[in-house]
Amino acid sequence: MSSLSCTGLAKAFGVVRAVDDFTLELEGGTIAALLGPSGCGKTTALRLIAGLERPDAGTVTVGGRELAGPGTFVAPERRRIGVVFQDYALFPHHDVAGNVAYALGRGADPARVREVLELVGLGEHGARPVHELSGGQQQRVALARALAPTPELILLDEPFSNLDAGLRERLREEVREIIRRAGVTALFVTHDQAEALSIAETVAVMRDGRVEQLGTPEEVYSRPASRWVAGFLGEIEVVPGEAADGRVGCELGSFAVEPGLEGPVDVLVRPESVAIAISGPERAASAEVIGRKFYGHDQLVELRLASGQVVRSRRLGFPAWHPGDRVRAWVDGPTDVLPRAPAEAGAGRQ
Amino acid sequence: MLVAVAAALPLAYLVLIVAGSADTALETIWRERTAVLVARSIALTVAVTATAIAIAVPLAWFTVRTDLPGRRLWTVLAALPLVIPSYIGAYAFLSATGPQGLLQDLVQPLGIGSLPSITGFFGAWLTLTLFTYPLLLLPVRASLRRLDPELEEAALAMGRSQAGVFRTIVVPQLVPAIGAGSLLVALYVLSDFGAVSIMRFDSFTTSIYTLYKASFDRIGAASLAALLVALMLVLLWLEARTRRREALYRSAPGSARTMRQVNLGRWRWPALGFCGAVATLALLIPVAVLVYWSLQSFAGSVDWPAVAAATGNSLLASGLAATAAALCAVPIAVLTVRFRGPFAMAVERLSYTGHALPGIVVALALVFFGTRVVIGLYQSLAMLVFAFVVLFLPLALGIARASMLQVSPRVEEAARSMGRSQWSVLRTVTAPLIAPGVLAGAALVFLTAIKELPATLILAPIGFETLATEIWGATSVGFFERGAVPALVLLAVSAVPLYLLTARE
Repeated sequence: MSSLSCTGLAKAFGVVRAVDDFTLELEGGTIAALLGPSGCGKTTALRLIAGLERPDAGTVTVGGRELAGPGTFVAPERRRIGVVFQDYALFPHHDVAGNVAYALGRGADPARVREVLELVGLGEHGARPVHELSGGQQQRVALARALAPTPELILLDEPFSNLDAGLRERLREEVREIIRRAGVTALFVTHDQAEALSIAETVAVMRDGRVEQLGTPEEVYSRPASRWVAGFLGEIEVVPGEAADGRVGCELGSFAVEPGLEGPVDVLVRPESVAIAISGPERAASAEVIGRKFYGHDQLVELRLASGQVVRSRRLGFPAWHPGDRVRAWVDGPTDVLPRAPAEAGAGRQ
Repeated sequence: MLVAVAAALPLAYLVLIVAGSADTALETIWRERTAVLVARSIALTVAVTATAIAIAVPLAWFTVRTDLPGRRLWTVLAALPLVIPSYIGAYAFLSATGPQGLLQDLVQPLGIGSLPSITGFFGAWLTLTLFTYPLLLLPVRASLRRLDPELEEAALAMGRSQAGVFRTIVVPQLVPAIGAGSLLVALYVLSDFGAVSIMRFDSFTTSIYTLYKASFDRIGAASLAALLVALMLVLLWLEARTRRREALYRSAPGSARTMRQVNLGRWRWPALGFCGAVATLALLIPVAVLVYWSLQSFAGSVDWPAVAAATGNSLLASGLAATAAALCAVPIAVLTVRFRGPFAMAVERLSYTGHALPGIVVALALVFFGTRVVIGLYQSLAMLVFAFVVLFLPLALGIARASMLQVSPRVEEAARSMGRSQWSVLRTVTAPLIAPGVLAGAALVFLTAIKELPATLILAPIGFETLATEIWGATSVGFFERGAVPALVLLAVSAVPLYLLTARE
């Protein structure tokens, strides 16, 4: 149950700065996701924490012990950090139990091996060669192997990317349960938004080698720190507005914001927060339906506001809306307000 | 690093010698005799390569793409001549047809005095063709099997005839494999010593040997050796180029489907005849001749102590070479795969020098080295083993590197994250994973070293006879009976590592 703290981590490969000013704080016992598009430096960050790469600058501290920093570099074998690799990296020359026993070192206690295998639901499979296992089982062996020496922290690199969709869904739940029962701090890398939001307690959204936002899944989804984070996590509509005296007004209504925000702003709204009806509240805007896509359980309705701006509204699949319908539209749900600025850096929050 | 530099040492030394007496060397090279030698060697190389193509391509096609009866059997039989060293093949043909030979004995009662000899160009060409065509057969077969059948089906669907498809789709895709195989054959012919010396055909290698042995004209021998190396480097460069092109022809992975089988119909009789003729010439006749002479010598007296000593010496020298080469290959493989960089690249390149050098050139360079620099080593077993390592390290290294490349760095990193030091990971994870490859490399070195003739002839300590030198010695003086038993023993001993190598696949 050790905390993890990274400050100002940097790592360049030649001229490519894979990780640059990477800062992250996790409390002990957290299950956290490092989420970002491919090529943003997620895996490099993971390898820096594990000690598989040597940072150019910055520090890594786990449970108060500095593992990397100016003049300090603890070898990976002395970090007590478990790693589950994307391709599992099981030892082909050992059977299932042998893989786990290897992690425990010479004179491994067979009872402990069995205990760990039972934790991942493979108690009966100790004597099987690893190449006979299914993808999901290999995944669990890799997890058991990483958990066996009771590490302070466990790192998982794209743990579910090699599994087919149905299995992935089920295994996510299982793995989260196993990690929770083992009571270990876990950080897993993923590029899948749904995966990060559904299993992590804390999500670190990463872009261009640094953490752009750290928060609970709800926070990063509904209060994104930048337009980029907002767009990366899902569909987003940007409506221009004006802030004054602690309130912001835009075409879709007006709401309270933190005092101090003044002048032109962008209101960020997810389509599911745009309500439409034949008649709506007073603050609602009038709009015309110009398009509709039907997905079965829901529909995406395209609206043109009086100003000419086009926004989308995600509604349940019933009742059906049709192009040409005159409707009222308003914001019903969380919104995020950012000062209007061409650059995204330093964007404030509501 | 030491190993790599040592491997490159003979070549460096050869260059030094030649450069050191450039005038004499140039004189040798510009002599008319040398020009004739070059022309003869090239003529032999071209003739052998062309014939080998003519044998290998139809054989490959019959055994891969047709309903030839007994395809599996022919596949094995067609590749087998590869294990017969050229000098045993030459011995077999010469002892069958030469004066005091098998045929002569048979026709003597009929009143035929002497048969036309097959020595010279014809003998060298026949022997080398029959025992090198598998070098072409194997890549062409592999290439045929890799062809994407959908390409041919697409062409057929466009209205092309079977023959048209073969000409316009199949042949162009085989060109890289034929090119690569031809170069292997050409390299073999150029560096061969056994067959040409037994067939008394003057080639580069025999001239180098004669110059060295008869007149101790070291500068002359070294100059010719340098010229030979230059010729081989040109071929190697060509080979590297075709290999780069080969990638373009490879079809997408996952497209491997069942091959279209061509129905031979009435043509299967000529096809069978062709396969039968090749197998008879390249396999049946040599083995029959060996057995005949062995029986003859059993009837007389076999010098069993000599055979036993030669066998022991062969096993000792090749075993030491295999062990040493495997031990050298492991650190180089780890270094060049895991710690890539200019240093590792240099080490790798240097280690492959032996690949470009014929045995006789390495032996010659080491003689110079042994007589001028490290006096004590000349004609010692250590020197012979060292020559083997220089020559055959690339074989061991190639396989060791291939298995090292299959070990995912993630697996090693996983072990480190479990608290193992780098050294411990190497011992408990990397070593067990690459062990089969290293063993296979050692087996291959053993197999090749036990057959090596010129280096053994020149470098073996006085009185250190091996199977290879016994066979060669017996044949070159016409004592055919004496060579048969060592030849059979050599083939039998080679069969063991060969079986280990092929059983792995």
